[in-house]
Amino acid sequence: MTLKLAIFYVVAAFTLWAAAVVVMGKNIVRAAVALIFSFCGMAALYVLLDAEFLAAVQVLIYVGGITILLLFAIMLTSRIAAKAARVVNDQVVLSAMVAAGLAVGLIYASTSGLATISGPPRLPETTPFLGRALLTTYALPFEVVSVLLLAAMVGAIVLARKE
Amino acid sequence: MMTFASLVERLYALTAAWGIPWVVPTLLVMTIVVSVVLAYISVAAMFMIWWERKISAHIQVRYGPMRVGGWHGWAQSIADGIKLLLKEDIIPTGADKVVFVLAPLVVFAASLAAYVTIPWAPGLIVRDLNIGILYMVSISSLVVVGIIMAGWSSNNKYSVLGAMRSAAQAVSYEVPLILSLLGPVMIAGTMSMGKLVEAQGGAWFGFLPRWFVFPQIVAFLIYFTCALAECNRLPFDIPEAESELVAGFHVEYSGMRFAIFFLAEYANMFTVSAIATTMFLGGWQGPWIPVPGLPRDVAHGLFGLFWFLGKCYFLIFVMMWLRWTLARLRVDQLMNFAWKVLLPIAFANLIVTGLVLVVGGRALLYVAGIAILLLVAIALAARGAVRSARVERA
Repeated sequence: MTLKLAIFYVVAAFTLWAAAVVVMGKNIVRAAVALIFSFCGMAALYVLLDAEFLAAVQVLIYVGGITILLLFAIMLTSRIAAKAARVVNDQVVLSAMVAAGLAVGLIYASTSGLATISGPPRLPETTPFLGRALLTTYALPFEVVSVLLLAAMVGAIVLARKE
Repeated sequence: MMTFASLVERLYALTAAWGIPWVVPTLLVMTIVVSVVLAYISVAAMFMIWWERKISAHIQVRYGPMRVGGWHGWAQSIADGIKLLLKEDIIPTGADKVVFVLAPLVVFAASLAAYVTIPWAPGLIVRDLNIGILYMVSISSLVVVGIIMAGWSSNNKYSVLGAMRSAAQAVSYEVPLILSLLGPVMIAGTMSMGKLVEAQGGAWFGFLPRWFVFPQIVAFLIYFTCALAECNRLPFDIPEAESELVAGFHVEYSGMRFAIFFLAEYANMFTVSAIATTMFLGGWQGPWIPVPGLPRDVAHGLFGLFWFLGKCYFLIFVMMWLRWTLARLRVDQLMNFAWKVLLPIAFANLIVTGLVLVVGGRALLYVAGIAILLLVAIALAARGAVRSARVERA
């Protein structure tokens, strides 16, 4: 039981508990707060996998941007916290069977290749590696994503304009 | 070498030799480090609160605290702290108890976590992460989340308004802040705080220190403005506007919970000053002399600590000075300023920095020439527009 393994178990348990509160919580604001915790847990898992740049960007973008957006949407929706959110819908039995089947398939797929997995590549620093990759090998997806962001910004401005 | 890391290694070696499991020294080191940082934050925040009252008083031609503790009321903050501790803890009915209690903790935890990568002195840094500055900026964005939680859970219209304004302001000013910080990162080629300070050693022409503030003066001004907005300080005071929103997002908090918010705000002020000092003013770089009694590293460290704290507190003094000098910006003026003024200038700074780093110093001349031509063109066009408007009206 090394320190890293112990930390992994604690962080994974925390993330799973937070994700469970998000999915099954009746109070929507508490579910949003639990989402923040689960994103932070994901960032910690990234650190354990030596992807430190990704962890910092996860906190910056997901927690510092997306959850704030979510909280704004909740606050600006009238009376959203007035009654408890419905956790299950009417097709709960059918969806439970499909989810269970999918879970069995995913667990089998993940664990059947465990023997051949090697650890993540030991890079001294991921940031320059990522930067170089984004500007040379993966330049096209990078540019396509920026066009997508531009489209989203233009759409937001058009929607929010005063008529 | 007597650095912090070497002391920790010696402790681990000692406990391993005595047969104590690795958990004990790890937890011991963590506890000691966190206690030292927390103690520093508490003392520094209390000092800054007293200092703010004295500075504001002298700017407003009055005295400020003079009685508590004798000399210029230095114990006023201690008395304030005791008073806040003894106050009744009120949670409003209808407030979401869990989120209400959690909000000040999130804000303080985020402010505290940023102290991990502050380079106090050569070799004195809790952990010199290689994503140092990115980590500090990311953790500071957690503060906004805590503010929204506080505003919403108070079950109070003014809190919600204050929280939303604060979140909008913080998120808007974060973008030029990060862009302005990229200038020094590009010059130094690293995001690690320790290496950023080391890259600012030496001097030009023998007397001008190689601080990044000289080539990146525009970035420094943008960063300082955005830092003021991140701390919710005047002139970006709208979320806590005392005359408008009562107290904004923390109106329903009393006693120790309010004290945590207050402490977090001043801790945040110190953090942004520390970032500005590290990135632009050379961190702990400064003239030092070897002291006869101490080893060289300790003397260098002590002088470095003195320079670092001096620069930080100078910037904090400027922040407090601005608070009592400038008027508050209205919320639409605030957003306008961030998106239409600061962001384009930050982008321009980034482009010019990149150009100069890749092409060399000549690029600056070309950029200056193009900028002058553009300014002349815009001035002529504006004169032409004004003249035609005047002709139309007549």
